[in-house]
Amino acid sequence: MTSTRAALLILGKDLRQRVRDRSALLVAIVVPLVLASIFGLIFHNAIGGRVTFTFGLVDQDHGAAAVAFRQQVLAPLERNGLITVVSEPTLAAGRHAADSRKVSATFVLPPGFSTAIGNGGQTAVTVIGSVDSSIGSAVAHSIAQSFGDRLDTIRIAAAAAGGTPVDRSQIASAPPPISVADISARSRQLDAGTFYAAGMAVFFVFFTVQFGISSILEERRDGTLARMLVAPVRSSTVLGGKLLTSIVLGTASMAVLALATHLLLGAHWGNPLGVGILIVTGVLAATCVMALVATLARTPDQAGAWQSMVALVLGMLGGTFFPLAQAGGVLAALSLATPQAWFLRGIENLTGGAGPSAVFGPAAAIVAFAVVTGSIAFMRAGRLLAR
Amino acid sequence: MPAPARVLICRELRKRFDEVEAVRGVSFEIGAGETYGLLGPNGAGKTTTISMVCGLLAPDGGEVLVAGTPLTTHSVAERAAIGYVPQELAIYPDLNARENLHFFARLYGLSPALARARVDEVLAVIGLTDRAREQTKSFSGGMQRRLNIGIGLLHRPRLLILDEPTVGVDPQSRNAILESVERLSSEGLAVLYTTHYMEEAERLCDRIGIVDLGELKAEGTRAELVALVGQHDGISLEGSGDLHAAAGAFERMSAVQAASVQDGAIQLLVDHARTILPELLAKATEAGLAVSSVEVSEPDLEAVFLHLTGKALRD
Repeated sequence: MTSTRAALLILGKDLRQRVRDRSALLVAIVVPLVLASIFGLIFHNAIGGRVTFTFGLVDQDHGAAAVAFRQQVLAPLERNGLITVVSEPTLAAGRHAADSRKVSATFVLPPGFSTAIGNGGQTAVTVIGSVDSSIGSAVAHSIAQSFGDRLDTIRIAAAAAGGTPVDRSQIASAPPPISVADISARSRQLDAGTFYAAGMAVFFVFFTVQFGISSILEERRDGTLARMLVAPVRSSTVLGGKLLTSIVLGTASMAVLALATHLLLGAHWGNPLGVGILIVTGVLAATCVMALVATLARTPDQAGAWQSMVALVLGMLGGTFFPLAQAGGVLAALSLATPQAWFLRGIENLTGGAGPSAVFGPAAAIVAFAVVTGSIAFMRAGRLLAR
Repeated sequence: MPAPARVLICRELRKRFDEVEAVRGVSFEIGAGETYGLLGPNGAGKTTTISMVCGLLAPDGGEVLVAGTPLTTHSVAERAAIGYVPQELAIYPDLNARENLHFFARLYGLSPALARARVDEVLAVIGLTDRAREQTKSFSGGMQRRLNIGIGLLHRPRLLILDEPTVGVDPQSRNAILESVERLSSEGLAVLYTTHYMEEAERLCDRIGIVDLGELKAEGTRAELVALVGQHDGISLEGSGDLHAAAGAFERMSAVQAASVQDGAIQLLVDHARTILPELLAKATEAGLAVSSVEVSEPDLEAVFLHLTGKALRD
């Protein structure tokens, strides 16, 4: 029997066992998919998701300052998609809107608001916050506070210029309270659904590939490895079959997760060829890293414990749970010492319709991990397959 | 009659694990159709010897030749001549019996069609045809043992190596296993059989090597081993007639070493009791002795082992 056929035979046998062993299906598909869904929902607004708040506006003034607040302060934010403004006819209606969670907060411009501003008198923009939207209320307060600060600045300037009353044109010419910057390529970020889909996929593939390479230790314990090694096949063929099992399981797991999260969670993985390159290199790196850990262990239990620790540490450091690369500093630099971080960076590079060439850099870094760890594992493989 | 072709030759095998010399210059040969037993207590070095014979373990010294070809840990094609049945169950519990057999049949290079045919044959031999599609984790210990042996037979090896195949097996399955080995040997298979059960070695093996502390203390047929320690078979005859006259007649037979009358019975020490018994009974009739009972006591391998090592086999 040729080495290739023998390796494929071992692969077929292993896959049959894994299909019957439901835990492989759980680790490879179900758990990452469920976790990606949960994390995606929880952190939807925190990671790359568009934050939008709906605010009510009760205008009891209808004067120049009220118009300026509406057109010069709220309208730009509305145009940028950050807020939605709903006009409420009365104070009671505005309060009800906040209480009933229809809006995150309601701005109230009291009667005489414009006159007071024009005369330098006391007045205020009242914010009625919803108890269930503390962040939205805080944003509303911030907008109102910022508007007040602008007025103070103009008043001080006007006083310095001889006590000229504040008019609408002065308010309009002042800088907006909140500036919205465009997201540059440098701070490019995945939306929460895509981030956790990719993060969980690359995190769990380090567990999935264990079903192949680590089964050498299980077969050694159970005596079936000796039986295979007595057969007329090379020990390297047995190793090849096991590596093939890891690669096939890992690739299938990630491909299914990419497709499932795209269809079920709306994850945007990007160019399929680019994703394919990242998946294949990622699986290769995971297999090599786990193979290296397996060569250090004496028993399957020991290998399982060590591999889980390594997968967890690399996963956390690689930012599969939290986007550490966005944090900058030492942690971000450290995260680049993991294949997971490069995988996520590659997926980020594919956002916005980039082609496969966008992943060449990250893929090369991932392959470098595979080459280094795989070479050491290969040198130690004799120990794993000692007849 | 020409000596059978040597299927396995082991010369001066040695293996050391750190400070422990597990195998110390073990040599033996097995011919086609011959069952050779390695008899010794646990820890005697039997499994280490077998591991070297299979090419699983590199010897520190000595060599193994299978069908005239040297076998090392790097050999590949030469392994096709070996069927290996390890001491521990080496089957996949989440595969069924047919899948287990088919996987190893294909691994030994059998074509898909031939593998299917051999799997059917082996299933019949080990009596698992009706349970072939059940996952082996649902099998009894005896059924698993039979499957464990069946895997070693799939590719029709020239040499079958069985490492304590009956450990932990119920009497019924054990008997079935021993019958299978006897049948395989009669079909021309060379069998290397390790055991620490004296009865199995006596029943199955044409020749026996007694091992202890990594050394082959002695080897030969059962009779040769017994003769080695100078023991004879005992026969006790009871009957009516002149016991003393009969004993005198027996004593003149060349195979009888001693004859005496004790407690109303004639006690004889003879060579090869089972061979001489018909002649003895004829002589008793000639001497006017009506024999009412015959009891044969043969010196066993336990006694041989005790003589050679100074300790009991199961110590």
